[in-house]
Order: sequence, then C-alpha cells, then structure tokens
Amino acid sequence: MKKLVALLLTLALCLGCSAAFALEGQPVAQENVKVGFIFLHDENSTYDLNFINAAKEACEALGVAYVLKTNIPEGAECYETAVKLVGEGCNIIFADSFGHEDFMIEAARNYPEVEFCHATGTRAHTTGLANYHNAFASIYEGRFLAGVAAGLKLNKMIEDGTITAETAKIGYVGAFPYAEVKSGYTSFFLGARSVCPSATMEVTFTNSWYDEAMEKEGANALISNGCVLISQHADSMGAPSACEDAGIPNVSYNGSTVEACPYTFIVSSRINWVPYMKHMIECVINGQAIEADWTGTIETGSVELSEINEIAAAPGTVEKIEEVKAALIAGTVKVFDTAAFTVNGETLTSYLADVDDMLDFVPETEVITDGFFAESFFRSAPYFDINIDGITILGN
Amino acid sequence: MKTSERKHEPLLHIAAREPLPWHWNLLIRAAGILAALLLCALLTWVITEKNPIEFAVTVWHASFPANPAQFRISFWSMLHDLAILLMLSLAVTPAFRMRFWNIGAEGQTLVGCLLTAICMRSMAGNAPNWLIILCSTLGAIAAGAVWGVIPAVFKARFGTNETLFTLMMNYIAARLVAYFWVIWKGPRSALGMINGSEPVYQVGWLPQIGNEYLLNILIAAVCALLMCVYLYQSKHGFELSVVGESQKTASYLGIRVGWVTVRTMLLSGAICGLTGLMITAGHDHTIDEGIVRGRGFTAVMVSWLAKFNPLYMILASFLIVFLQHGAKDIASSNTININESFSEILIGIILFSIIGTEFFIRYRVRFRHHGAAQKGGLTHV
Repeated sequence: MKKLVALLLTLALCLGCSAAFALEGQPVAQENVKVGFIFLHDENSTYDLNFINAAKEACEALGVAYVLKTNIPEGAECYETAVKLVGEGCNIIFADSFGHEDFMIEAARNYPEVEFCHATGTRAHTTGLANYHNAFASIYEGRFLAGVAAGLKLNKMIEDGTITAETAKIGYVGAFPYAEVKSGYTSFFLGARSVCPSATMEVTFTNSWYDEAMEKEGANALISNGCVLISQHADSMGAPSACEDAGIPNVSYNGSTVEACPYTFIVSSRINWVPYMKHMIECVINGQAIEADWTGTIETGSVELSEINEIAAAPGTVEKIEEVKAALIAGTVKVFDTAAFTVNGETLTSYLADVDDMLDFVPETEVITDGFFAESFFRSAPYFDINIDGITILGN
Repeated sequence: MKTSERKHEPLLHIAAREPLPWHWNLLIRAAGILAALLLCALLTWVITEKNPIEFAVTVWHASFPANPAQFRISFWSMLHDLAILLMLSLAVTPAFRMRFWNIGAEGQTLVGCLLTAICMRSMAGNAPNWLIILCSTLGAIAAGAVWGVIPAVFKARFGTNETLFTLMMNYIAARLVAYFWVIWKGPRSALGMINGSEPVYQVGWLPQIGNEYLLNILIAAVCALLMCVYLYQSKHGFELSVVGESQKTASYLGIRVGWVTVRTMLLSGAICGLTGLMITAGHDHTIDEGIVRGRGFTAVMVSWLAKFNPLYMILASFLIVFLQHGAKDIASSNTININESFSEILIGIILFSIIGTEFFIRYRVRFRHHGAAQKGGLTHV
C-alpha cells in the first residue's frame, strides 16, 4: 500500500500535477469497463481524428468496450450525450473539446459514480469534484523540436544564399489568440531561434479552428510579406497547401501532411492521446484515483514528432532533433527559459497567469520558477499567453 | 401535333373523393409509413451497404432502450424534447388557424432565451432566486410577444407579407443573440453554461421537480390543455376559425381582423418566449444562436401534420422527436458509422410520405380503362 501511494505521488509529481483530488474507488473488472467518448466533429477533422484513433487504439489494446459519439456541439447536447452514455453503462466518459467543459462538469456533478475526463479543459483542479479530470500534453516541447527543424532549415537557406540572416522571417497562421495557440507558436519560435538566432516571426489569426480558405489566405499574406517558412495551428490543409503551391517550406501540426505537400513539408508535431486514455482506463480497472490534471510528456509518449521529410528538411535535422529531445527529457534545456526571450526588452522575472480559471480572466498564479516559465505545471492546459520580442502579431 | 388532336385518354385520373371512413384513413396512413420505411430500408441497403434492420433497431433503441437504467434516461430526455417541440407547435397554431403564416417561432423563442440569459447573468448574486426566475419569465414572455407582434402590426396596418416578415425577424434575433454571445464568452472559444459554477451555481435555473426534465414536460402538458380550451371553447378560438375561413365573413360578423391578428401573434410570441425560458433556464442553461435547433421550423410541420389540433400535435411531435433521436444515434453510433445527413434524408422521406398520404385520403387515383370520366373534378396528369 505504502509503495502504491509512493508510486502514485511520484507519478503525480513527475507529470506536473497540481493536485489529485480523486478518492480511490473500487476496482472494476476489465470486462465491465465501458468508455464513452464525445467528439466535437468526426473523422473529417484532423483534430478529432487524432482523438478517435487514440480512443480505438487504447480501448482495443486494453480489451474494454467503448462507444464513440461524434459531432457533439459545445452546448447542452454535450450534457445530454454524457447523460446518455451514463445510461449506456459507461464508467468513464471522455470529451475532446474545450467548450465541452461546463457540460462535462455538470454531468460529473450529477453522476458522481462515473469518471469524467476532459482534454484541454482548465477547471478540474478548482471545481473540487473527485470524478472530474483534465488532461493535456506538454505539446510546447513538441513545438520546440519542430521549431529546431525550422531553424535548421533557415540556416540552410542562409548558407545557400537564398535569404540573408536578416530576412530569416517565419510566418505563423494561428487559430485564436488563446494561450494554447500562443504557447504553441512561442515555443515553436524559441525552438527555431535556438539554432538560428536572427530568426523573427509574424503571426496572423484566422479566428476559427477550421477555415480552409482563411488559413490559405493567411499563409499567402504572410508569404507575400516576406516570410520564408510557414507553420500553423489550425486544423485544415489551407496553410500547408498554400505553402506547397508557393514552394515555401512548412512545419505542420496534428499529423504529417507529407502526402499533400511532398516538397515543402518538413516535420509535424502532435499529441498522442493513447497514453492518457490507457492511463484513465487502467486507473478505473485498478480502482485508483485519476489525477485532477494530467500532463503527458515526450517521455510518456504523449508528445510526438512525425517522420522528417528529407526532401524539405535541412541535412542533419534528425540528429539535431534527437539531441535536443534528449536534453529536454533530461531537463538541461527548458523551452520557456527566461534567458532565451525578452518582453519589451526586459527579461521576465515574475509573471502571474490565469491558472485557476474562475471565468474571471484574472491572473493569480506566479508561474516563473527557477528561471523558466513553468508551462503546464500548475494545471495541464497551457497558460503561456505572453507576447515576446521577435514575434509580431499582424492586425486584421 | 397530330397526336394531341386525337381523343387521348390520360394514364391517370385524379378525382376528389367523398370523406372516407376512419379505418380507411388509418389504413392509407399506415400504408404510407410502411412504404416510406421500405424505401428507407432500400436506400440504406443500396447507398450505405449497411443492414437496414440494424438501422431500425438503433432508431427504436434511441427512444426505447432495452436496459432499464438507459430507458429511464433516454425516455425522459425524449419526452422533454417532445415537450419543447410541442410548445412551439402550440405557439404557431392559433395564427395558423387564421391563415397567418408565422414562420418566426425560431426567432421569437431565441429572444425569449436571450432575455432569460440577460436576467440570469445580470441578476445573479444581486437578487433572490425567485425574483430572478420571475423577471426571466416575464422578460422572456414579453420579448417573444414583441418579436411576434411586430410583423402582425405591419400586416394589420400595411398588409405586409407575414411569411417573409416573420422569417426575417428570425435572422435579426439570431444576430442579436450572436452579438451578446461574443461579448459574454470573452476570450474563450464557447460560452459554456450560464451560472454553471460557484459562487452562482444554478442561480436563475428553474427548480427541479422529480428530475431535470419533469417541470418543462408539465408546463407543456398544461399549455396543450389550455390551448385546446382556447381554440375550441373560447370566443377567441371561434374568431380565429372564422378569420381563417374568410376575412370578409369575419368583418361582416363584426370581428376586427386587424386586432385579432395582433392579439393572436401576441399570444403566439408569448408562448415562444416562454419556451425560450424553458430552454435556457429550465434545461440547456446556456445560449447561442443555434440553441432552438430549428425546432421553430419543425413546429410548423408538426402543426400542419396535426391539422392544427393540439392533441394530434402530441402524436406528431412524438413521431418527429422519435425519428430525430434515432437519426442522432445512427449518426453517432460507431457500429453504423455514418454521418447525420443520411439519417436526415431518411427522416425527410418518412415525413414526405406522411404528408403525401394526405393526398390519397383526399383524392382517388384511377388508371386508364377503369371507367374514365367520373363525376367530380377531373384532372389530367
């Protein structure tokens, strides 16, 4: 028992959890476990497809029953679906979209005997419900690695004389100016600048998670602004295909786009949800508490890079990424090292972030510790929302 | 050209028929539904290559699942959806009986939702719960009534086309809600629940009796009953029927058609507004421009299917909600794995054939050589 508690505590610390409220329940026999999944869209969305594949893989690997519910909007339908899944005998219910959170919390309140797990949510550690949990992954580490690949590509272009060090400008098509997106592009930029110190970046927002035309337009605008490499955080093929048309190298997200973009795709980072889904199911089978916040890392296999496309990537990218990855795992490199960036010309020594999301948008938690910004440490969902020097946000 | 001059007998004769005995009516309707189901099964089999029986079982289990725990949840939620659709059908009916084609129930309900949301948000923490609910109720009813009466006033004064007018009002309501939604959600990606967390958890929500659905279901039941009385026992109801039959007759009888129009749309809008309250304060606890989910339009069909009779509307609402629940389950079922559009096509076929059978109840169709030239209206096809 002692061992188990110790193990749990270590695990909780390692994964950067702020708290584990859940009480230990009774173990549930594997054949009685049934997992219900709620997805915002269906397989046509790269975002949801990533979750759907993970759900199937995790449940089939552990031999448990599962139900998938697709196309569930971020409204009362989410609550209704969750309740329906309870009726169908699910012991665990998982939802994949940020806007599902309130409705999942309401369902968790009304059905305390069922575990509710929610990806990308922010409120598990403040609601105090034993059966409601958030999960995310340290995708900023994956972005950082993808940024290293981008930086190497910039260096190669400078070396070849196609651009100069001063014109090494990256373009980034973001969805919304939320912390999740800001944390993503900032870590990507810091990765690129760690190998190409003269790199700068321009960011444009589409204000939609999925809008192929807007994303394409955004990428083209950045290219005509002089950006020589593009990356994006939005779910359509708009930006990658614009890059392929223009012959501009692209770093992708959520999965490889090499098939559509064989000459410009460099690498892609993504979150692999299988480890978390296995974890939550195993917790229920073993009668263990699921953490309020769970942050997957490179080590847990939650943060992944796709195969590197040798045609577009600079030589030596594979080796360099392996090296930086090892350093990230060892902790010798920190993505948000305050020595690596400045804000309005100053090094950051203190920053309050809105970690306890009480719907008030009031920051309350000091997140600079030991000389770095502790992203996804106080809760699993990202909260890095600082505009750093070197990144220009384009107005609409 | 020559052939047309020849004496030519059409393939089909269509003639109005005498009213049929009720069991014939029932039989024709049953045959219509059966034909629709067969067509659906065939389409399913041909287009999706799935087993139609599995489809049918999924549809049935969506409202009537086999296991008891599931049954309780699904059945209540189905009844609740029925209640909301019934409320909206009741709302549009009085106007329909006087041939005022109000297709603005969607917008009238939305403004009801909006007023409720405004009360819930602005009064939370500043007023006792009963006062918030009272203000929400009055606000929602007033907002719906105003949204309904504007097209009626224009119709009564200037003879504007009420169908277009009420339709346009829907878009205005939707954009109005979208405006507030964007402000309220702030930097988040969706609004989430209104008063869904401490310290104002459940403030302004309608109280639960028994379970989270029962109160709304009871309100709808009471409204259906009251509507029966209003339509069949009251002077107002009689006036509606007269205006519907002929405005000239109504004027001759001393009925002020303009006033009846305004009065009736006040009532229609008020019921829609109340339904908005039931949605936002009673069940969904949120708002967005799509929260009525098209039920304001579906209600038009329900009202028609039920021939503007509140009791038949319960049946018609049940049928549609039953099919919709089935369609949703088919769309989200991982064993069938097909998108919602296909199940909506199936619903369309079923509803189309139900409405289509009305034709066979009113008219007789005969093939050539079967004794042509009957008396009665003869039409060529």
